[in-house]
Amino acid sequence: MIEVNDLHKSFGDAHILKGITTSFEKGKTNLIIGQSGSGKTVFLKCLLGLFEYEQGSISYDGKVFSNLSNDEKTEVRSQIGMVFQGSALFDSMTIAENVMFPLRMFTKQSKSEMQDRVDFVLNRVNLDDAHHKMPSEASGGMQKRVAIARAIVNKPKYLFCDEPNSGLDPKTAIVIDNLIQEITDEYQITTVINSHDMNSVMEIGEKIVFLKDGLKAWEGSKETIFKTDNEVVTDFVYSSELFKKVRKMYIEENQ
Amino acid sequence: MQFAIPNYYTYNTFEFARVLIIFYTLAFMKYLHNIGTYFIMIKDMFRKPTKWSVLKTLILKDIDDLIIGSLGIVAFIAFFVGGVVAIQTSLNISNPLIPKYLVGFATRQSIILEFAPTFISIIMAGKVGSFITSSIGTMRVTEQIDALEVMGINAINYLVFPKFIALTLYPFIISIAMFLGILGGLAACVYGGYGTLEDYIEGVQNDFIPFHMAYAFIKTMVFAFILATIPSFYGYFMKGGALEVGKASTTSFVWTSVVIILVNYLITSLLLG
Ligand SMILES: Nc1ncnc2c1ncn2[C@@H]1O[C@H](COP(=O)(O)OP(=O)(O)OP(=O)(O)O)[C@@H](O)[C@H]1O
Ligand SMILES: [Mg+2]
Repeated sequence: MIEVNDLHKSFGDAHILKGITTSFEKGKTNLIIGQSGSGKTVFLKCLLGLFEYEQGSISYDGKVFSNLSNDEKTEVRSQIGMVFQGSALFDSMTIAENVMFPLRMFTKQSKSEMQDRVDFVLNRVNLDDAHHKMPSEASGGMQKRVAIARAIVNKPKYLFCDEPNSGLDPKTAIVIDNLIQEITDEYQITTVINSHDMNSVMEIGEKIVFLKDGLKAWEGSKETIFKTDNEVVTDFVYSSELFKKVRKMYIEENQ
Repeated sequence: MQFAIPNYYTYNTFEFARVLIIFYTLAFMKYLHNIGTYFIMIKDMFRKPTKWSVLKTLILKDIDDLIIGSLGIVAFIAFFVGGVVAIQTSLNISNPLIPKYLVGFATRQSIILEFAPTFISIIMAGKVGSFITSSIGTMRVTEQIDALEVMGINAINYLVFPKFIALTLYPFIISIAMFLGILGGLAACVYGGYGTLEDYIEGVQNDFIPFHMAYAFIKTMVFAFILATIPSFYGYFMKGGALEVGKASTTSFVWTSVVIILVNYLITSLLLG
């Protein structure tokens, strides 16, 4: 469980996050949605401790991050897995080496134990025959899956994904979404996902936080998002013809 | 026709001066800021070291990239420039009173004192320096450095320290450059008909001052440190995208060379002056 209290973040004069309070639950896929530029990535990077923030607090399972000692911070960080918007694979290493990296860094396992674990997670993301490829030789969807494998290889307690399915075809996108949800449920991870994809919302939005202009405009789940009257949300959700039709059918069905 | 100077002209001169002063103050503060950040980076390089088993492979890879990978070009340049130095020296000696061995002597002195340590380091600032800046810069723009930091890894130690260790082998490159430079001088001198082998060798052995070697290798070690850290600084702290990686490599080359030249002046006036 991650709790955020009154988070403020500025870059110079630009006030990007204007006081966000919310929480992300364990074993669930928590979605942060909102328009491009609404501050999703900045918010995620604050959660990860990549950005310093002026005001507010973030706590991981009750421990306020900024109050921890350096060793404790490293401890929390070694329990975090992150899938970056652009995958961020180490391009001097093969796919298997990328996935093995957190194990080499943070565990004392033997070479064969690590190898087994890498085989296991690569199999989990359906990449059985890509061990020796370089990241530059893999397609975008494969890179995303490698990034997910690297993020979960060391059994993290917290998983963060910045638009895990942007730039992928709808089918692969849904495969990736479902994969993240299964893993979240299986290992009881606290997962936070940035997205602006309505398909993801419908698939895996167990908890949804809607950001607009650096503020939390709405909070709910995939069950409630189609029922809300909140104009900011409906404006976003029904911006495409497809979802307008879905809504019309939904209303007709319920009459 | 009237040519009256409008009175806003004087006002504008003051305004202009003010803008200039503000501009230079800001530029100066930016330099100070950069220098401060650079020294903080040096400090962070030794903090929270990466696991040895991982560090070992990084160091070996950097030795391969930075040291082994530079041997070819350094050998080539040293050999031919050594030859040119010998030819130039002998062509400029027309006075029969000057002893024949001077060609070997002059070639040795210029290669050991300046050419090998300083000139080769400027070339390395281009070769190794831009490689370091662009590889670290690419890791910055593709969020690979963020990925390291999220995992709780000290990215500066992980990226810069292995390069620093690899470049402690830099004197090895410079020794080879010295040897091949003098050998190139010999080849040009003898086969070009500018002097005899005996004269050249006598010159090379003449009046040898061991402290000159110490001076050359002290310089080399300092340049090695500069070559490892300044390009890393420009790569690590860069902002932007692929275009900026190219720009950062250029800036890094310029500043690495400038610092090498200035430090060379400083060390020379301290040790030999
Ligand atoms: N490092 C930075 N320095 C200054 N401003 C920044 C920085 N990073 C983000 N911003 C600003 O913060 C705002 C929010 O950006 P952010 O990247 O969080 O958007 P986003 O919601 O993730 O958008 P997208 O869906 O397109 O990824 C933008 O106006 C952006 O210009
Ligand atoms: Mg974003």
